[in-house]
Amino acid sequence: MTDSTDVATGGPTPEGRMPGAVDIGVGADSRVTSDMFGATFGGDTTGFGGLVRRVASGESTPRPYGGWFDETVDALEASYAGFGQAVTRVIVDRDELTLHVLPAKVAEVAQVMRDDENLRFELLSNLSGVDYPAQSERLHVVYNLTSMTYRRRVRLETAVTTEDPHVASVCAVYPTADFHERECWDMFGVIFDGHPGLTRILMPDDWDGHPQRKDYPLGGVPVEYKGAQIPPPDERRSYA
Amino acid sequence: MTMTDPYAAAARETTEGRVYTVTGGDWDTITTTDEEERLVINMGPQHPSTHGVLRLVLELEGETVTQARTVIGYLHTGIEKNLEYRNWTQGVTFVTRMDYLSNAFNETVYCLGVEKLLGIEVPERATVIRVIMMELQRIASHLVWLATGGMELGALTAMTNGFREREIILDILEMITGQRMNPAYVRPGGVAQDLPPGAVEKIRDILESFPKLLPTYDDLLTGNPIWQRRLQGVAHLDLQGCLALGVTGPILRSAGLPWDMRKTEPYCGYETYDFEVPVETTADAWGRFRVRMNEMWESLKIIEQALDRLAPGPVMVQDRKIGWPAQLALGPDGLGNSLDHVKNIMGTSMEALIHHFKLVTEGFRVPAGQVYVAIENPRGELGAHVVSDGGTRPYRVHVRDPGFVNLQSASAMCEGSLIADAIAAVASIDPVMGGVDR
Repeated sequence: MTDSTDVATGGPTPEGRMPGAVDIGVGADSRVTSDMFGATFGGDTTGFGGLVRRVASGESTPRPYGGWFDETVDALEASYAGFGQAVTRVIVDRDELTLHVLPAKVAEVAQVMRDDENLRFELLSNLSGVDYPAQSERLHVVYNLTSMTYRRRVRLETAVTTEDPHVASVCAVYPTADFHERECWDMFGVIFDGHPGLTRILMPDDWDGHPQRKDYPLGGVPVEYKGAQIPPPDERRSYA
Repeated sequence: MTMTDPYAAAARETTEGRVYTVTGGDWDTITTTDEEERLVINMGPQHPSTHGVLRLVLELEGETVTQARTVIGYLHTGIEKNLEYRNWTQGVTFVTRMDYLSNAFNETVYCLGVEKLLGIEVPERATVIRVIMMELQRIASHLVWLATGGMELGALTAMTNGFREREIILDILEMITGQRMNPAYVRPGGVAQDLPPGAVEKIRDILESFPKLLPTYDDLLTGNPIWQRRLQGVAHLDLQGCLALGVTGPILRSAGLPWDMRKTEPYCGYETYDFEVPVETTADAWGRFRVRMNEMWESLKIIEQALDRLAPGPVMVQDRKIGWPAQLALGPDGLGNSLDHVKNIMGTSMEALIHHFKLVTEGFRVPAGQVYVAIENPRGELGAHVVSDGGTRPYRVHVRDPGFVNLQSASAMCEGSLIADAIAAVASIDPVMGGVDR
């Protein structure tokens, strides 16, 4: 990401959050703790002091990206006419290339990524969802593409709102996306337009809600252990 | 068909004609032969031949499968959701229970993801131990595949022998980790504890005994005409089909592509080991059998090389803000914190006590971001998509289990074949439902 040289010194950030912490959906409030845990001032003992501070959202990584990343992005730009509109951001982090794509354009981009001779991402390795409740487009869908020809990996990412959770299905490009997209629908409620049969896959057919969303409760009951009540995991103290 | 039979056939009229729901009994008592016999058979989720709680819905014409659908989710345990409410180290205890026949792989891929987010390198000895654990587990997993696959095809001796040999490996895993399965041994930053005394010798015993045991499977099965006819030309899936369906692992290699992440995208130092990637070109269940048999030999080669390079050293990162503080030790009351460590934190070093307390209760923080790491498990590409928000708990972990993805090929393999070959097809995919459903 952008200011990867801004090395935090262990002091509090302006928002009162831990260095290294990034507001990617949990909200700043959860970073403020009223006790000694997760101390945001000096004397931090396990807070992984000296972190490189990263910014998760916002602008693209400036060029050059380094390595083969430039080559790949150039190849996509050259062979995909809608690159300027469809690809909103290009982010390089931890030696991984992420292209943020508009939800309606995912299938088009995937088609070019698969077929262009300079790209050749033949395999859709993984497709999963992530929920960032603090963002307006909170449901993200992440695609990990693998090029067996060039032995490269690229991530496509797209984001939709819960009100209009429509993403173009990549099933026609990568038939393997069938189960993945069903799981993403099941767990996050993302609707993949063009999927041949978007039904629940892990949860029962008549299940209500989408369990992997952050506002879906984990459930559980308190358990007594040696006379003390242990609350269920989602009600225990969070040190975050 | 009597009025008191609770399992009696119920008939109802549909747009496609009369439909009977049957749960057993003699077909002739239910319908006459002049009607069209189109059978929809529900197989599983509780069925000895479906490799766990997999449900197959097969549409048959006579004995030929015209449509096959897999129904999964019967073992869904919400592991990914649960992870989000535990700290990063506790996450290992959850992921190890996904694909319960290849725990070391689940743990390692998750830890590699966390370590990539942290930007740390684990000590050399820990990496070598991980490789040893993974390759031992690969052999054990292939033996279970042989055992259950053999049983499903009627080769019961393959089952008893396969589980017998697997037990030898599980004994070693138990000796090293304390548990036969689900050990949570690989941790972010290294492994939970060093190899106990005698472990290396015990692994070397395997290197002696397995080269004698593995050929017995060839004696039992490879030349066996029944085994050959059950597998050869059955469950065909060519390279193009494999790639379209995202199939990796032995199925892909049985179709002729030597795609093994240990070679193509090496991790854990696999590029420094000398081993081959077994490939077959038959693209059928027989090819998958041969690939898995040969992979066990290659794993033995890797284990031998790993044992030779096992140099003394730490097995956990030395960064006290990340590395788990204590080594376990066996006391009179079982496995627990070593007394030396307790003495140190209670009597000598206050800082060590603070670190111990904070790491155990709160855990370490992982810089925000997302990574995807992939390794080669016995079934194919095992990937972990790990997202952190900078806190002490995983924000989101998704495990790309090869069983989940490979299972999609069941329909392509079964349709058009005999129902008996559908069993061979599912067996040759080797899905482990714990990983498929997570």
